Amino acid sequence: MIPILLTSLPLVLAVVVYFNGPLRAALTGKIAAACLLLLLGILAYVSSSPSLQHLLSSSIEWVPSLGVELLFSVNGFSRLMLFLIFGVGTVIFFYASDYLKSHPQQHRFLTVLLIFLTGMTGIVVSDNLIQLFIFWEVTSVTSYLLIGFKHEDAKSRWNALQALLVTGSGGVVLLLGFILLGSIAGSFDFQQIVQSKESILAHPYAVPAAICILIGALTKSGQFPFHFWLPNAMSAPTPVSAFLHSATMVKAGVFIVAKFTPIFTTQPYWDWPLVALGSITMLYASVMGLMQSDLKKILAYTTLAVLGLLMMLLGVGTELAVKSAIVFLLGHALYKSVLFLSAGSIDHAVHTREVGKLGGLFRWMPLTAITACLAALSKSGFPPFFGFLSKEYVYKAGLAEEAIAPFIIAMAVLTNMLLMALALKVGVHPYFSKKNSVPAAGKAHDPSPWMTFGPLMLASLGLAIGMFPAWISEHVTNPAVSTILMSEVSISMKLWHGLNLPLLLSVLTLAGGLSVYAMRHNRIFDKTRESTITDPFEKIYRSGHDGLIALTIWITGFIQSGSLKRYFIWMISFFVFLVMTKLILIGAPPKSSYETPLTLLDVSISIMMIAGMFGALITKSRLIMLLALSLVGFGIAWIFAVYSAPDLAITQILVETLIVVLFVLCIRKMSMIRSLTRVSTRVRDIALATLAGAIMTVLVLKSQWIQFAPSISEELMEWSYPLAKGKNVVNVILVDFRALDTFGEIIVLGIAALGVGILVTSNRSKSKEKSSNTP
Amino acid sequence: MEAFYAILIGILFAGGIYGILRRSMVRVIVGIILLSQSINLLVFFSGGANRGKPAIMDGETAPSFSTMADPLPQALVLTAIVIGFGLIAFVIVLFQRVFSRLQTDDTQELFKTDS
Repeated sequence: MIPILLTSLPLVLAVVVYFNGPLRAALTGKIAAACLLLLLGILAYVSSSPSLQHLLSSSIEWVPSLGVELLFSVNGFSRLMLFLIFGVGTVIFFYASDYLKSHPQQHRFLTVLLIFLTGMTGIVVSDNLIQLFIFWEVTSVTSYLLIGFKHEDAKSRWNALQALLVTGSGGVVLLLGFILLGSIAGSFDFQQIVQSKESILAHPYAVPAAICILIGALTKSGQFPFHFWLPNAMSAPTPVSAFLHSATMVKAGVFIVAKFTPIFTTQPYWDWPLVALGSITMLYASVMGLMQSDLKKILAYTTLAVLGLLMMLLGVGTELAVKSAIVFLLGHALYKSVLFLSAGSIDHAVHTREVGKLGGLFRWMPLTAITACLAALSKSGFPPFFGFLSKEYVYKAGLAEEAIAPFIIAMAVLTNMLLMALALKVGVHPYFSKKNSVPAAGKAHDPSPWMTFGPLMLASLGLAIGMFPAWISEHVTNPAVSTILMSEVSISMKLWHGLNLPLLLSVLTLAGGLSVYAMRHNRIFDKTRESTITDPFEKIYRSGHDGLIALTIWITGFIQSGSLKRYFIWMISFFVFLVMTKLILIGAPPKSSYETPLTLLDVSISIMMIAGMFGALITKSRLIMLLALSLVGFGIAWIFAVYSAPDLAITQILVETLIVVLFVLCIRKMSMIRSLTRVSTRVRDIALATLAGAIMTVLVLKSQWIQFAPSISEELMEWSYPLAKGKNVVNVILVDFRALDTFGEIIVLGIAALGVGILVTSNRSKSKEKSSNTP
Repeated sequence: MEAFYAILIGILFAGGIYGILRRSMVRVIVGIILLSQSINLLVFFSGGANRGKPAIMDGETAPSFSTMADPLPQALVLTAIVIGFGLIAFVIVLFQRVFSRLQTDDTQELFKTDS
């Protein structure tokens, strides 16, 4: 009940917001935000009261005939995600309703954002994999619409398409993985799949399925080498960047990896790619982040780095690692969206996001400054913030991995130092730095309370959790970890663990981070032009994109040249190809069981027909052509007559005579027959025609072997006399059993006759016109 | 015998394809006619080749495949012949009209929608 409510209510809100139009969007946006807060409250209440647990899962029959059910359930991990989605969502909606105030398309923006919310909620509560995939695609499409919200800007459209293509193709691969997994397990129900874990892992398709799912997750979470789309997605309005591209959607990849951890963990093909790609991403992204000067781009790269860290921890897969991943995920969602929203507020106030130009904004925007500082300190990992705690856990988890501890610790410390420097650059520098070259700074002020209060709440939450971690550990993170590991865990979180190695590493990180931050005025990191650095992988994507378009244009020009003849050649070639494949698959035709003896007459009539055919195709005389053609037609009539079809023979003779008459009538006004094609073209056409003819021959032999279902013919013969009082079965079929078909045939003939009549008479009136015009 | 007629049908079909691929309009008409005739034969022979066993009852013996040819392909072919005739008649008149209007019989030149 509850998951269905959570999934569907945003959709209802989307409709309401859309139809209230742009003028009331600021109000409806706030109402939507209030509804989200209410939903959050309901979720918290229901999930904490033991008597209401049955409300947390439900199913709807979807396609009963195929056994497809919509399965919804909330477990420990999805509850954590839902808290994030609806908690951060509430703040985002309050913020967005004022951020885009009086924008003519604000209502559209909020509508799409609400549809995204449905998709994201759907991902975390779906237990049916196909259903999950559909919600997954909803988030991809809405992300596309939101990144391209400023659609009048070509760069925006390009970035939106890039995000869609990368995550969309990842989505297709994910679906492939789901289908493989579902076909191994015999069900798309996730619970059943988990239960048949043993048989899945023993199956040869387990490896491709796992790799497909990994690719889907890695593209969505912007992991190396698919990372380039996320910094580009920053062309979206800031609330979108804060919500989709840091707190929720990009975490869907992490969510999927965590969801499948119970099945694939400890498998080398699952763990190693995660550890390798995750650690590459975190180091690469944090170094790239240092070279950026746009606030949002910096934040995007730090998001990538954190996602890399989460992937790496899930790859390590121990109880402690998963726990630290969950804690980090929660902490990151709290501070990163705040930093994004503060950056948006700065942009809103002084219309620039270039770090080099910003400084001393604390004087004019104290509330925003405090909020951003809280978030930045949490992100830097200063005690007693939540960020400190999550970092501590990462170190603990890394140290517990004896085999790869030096590697993980080195990567983590290095990345955290860089992340800390970046956090300070984004969250402290713009407000407290002395340097200030923003022209509009004097007029800057804190945005409306709707925009400041929410981020402040989130930032203070980071501090509160950091100081009192036991409650959140027991009620939020431990259940989530238990879900992922499928066993009860009870790791209590404490702020102070005593003097130990993780604490030492934390101190090292802080010192390192501060010194990197101190170097921020260094030439390497403080160049405004550096924001235009193009990622090498962006270049690869671009050439792939351009190549694809060029290929499409070439194929279209090659196949659809506009020449009727070319089209016909394609059709014939395709027919030949299809039928040949099928015939080869069926195998050689068996010997016909009823060999009718061949007579001399058969042979001579056939030779006459073939001669007629060649004559009609070769001669340049219209009259000889006509005669040759009638040789073929009357030959066919003879075949009908001999092989037990008198009715057909009569019809054929009649039709043949009529065609000759019509030709004779028209032939006077028709052109001479000319040879228009080159010899080489003719040779090619002959080759194609011969091939098609050969295929046809084989087809005839096969069709005799296959036979029409005899039952219907036999019944028709039996019914003929008793039901229709007719002895000629063919006639009875035509005028009685299938009378309606014959009626349709008459109509077709009537229409053809009408067309012929119109063409002939318009010809006549035209010639009359001509004669009257030239007296 | 069946194989013999299968080859005949194949040759007629090939002739039809070749005719349709010509640029001269009259040849295209010849191609269409040959194509429809070969397909008629294809359907006809799918019922098997039976000499002297028309699907007409004498009213005394019960109808069966030993005394009668399969009537169903025949009924189908009868329809096909008539429809094919309608098509061919229309094509003949249409091409003649196109020629008298545009003074060309080259199908390659017929790529404009209005002339």
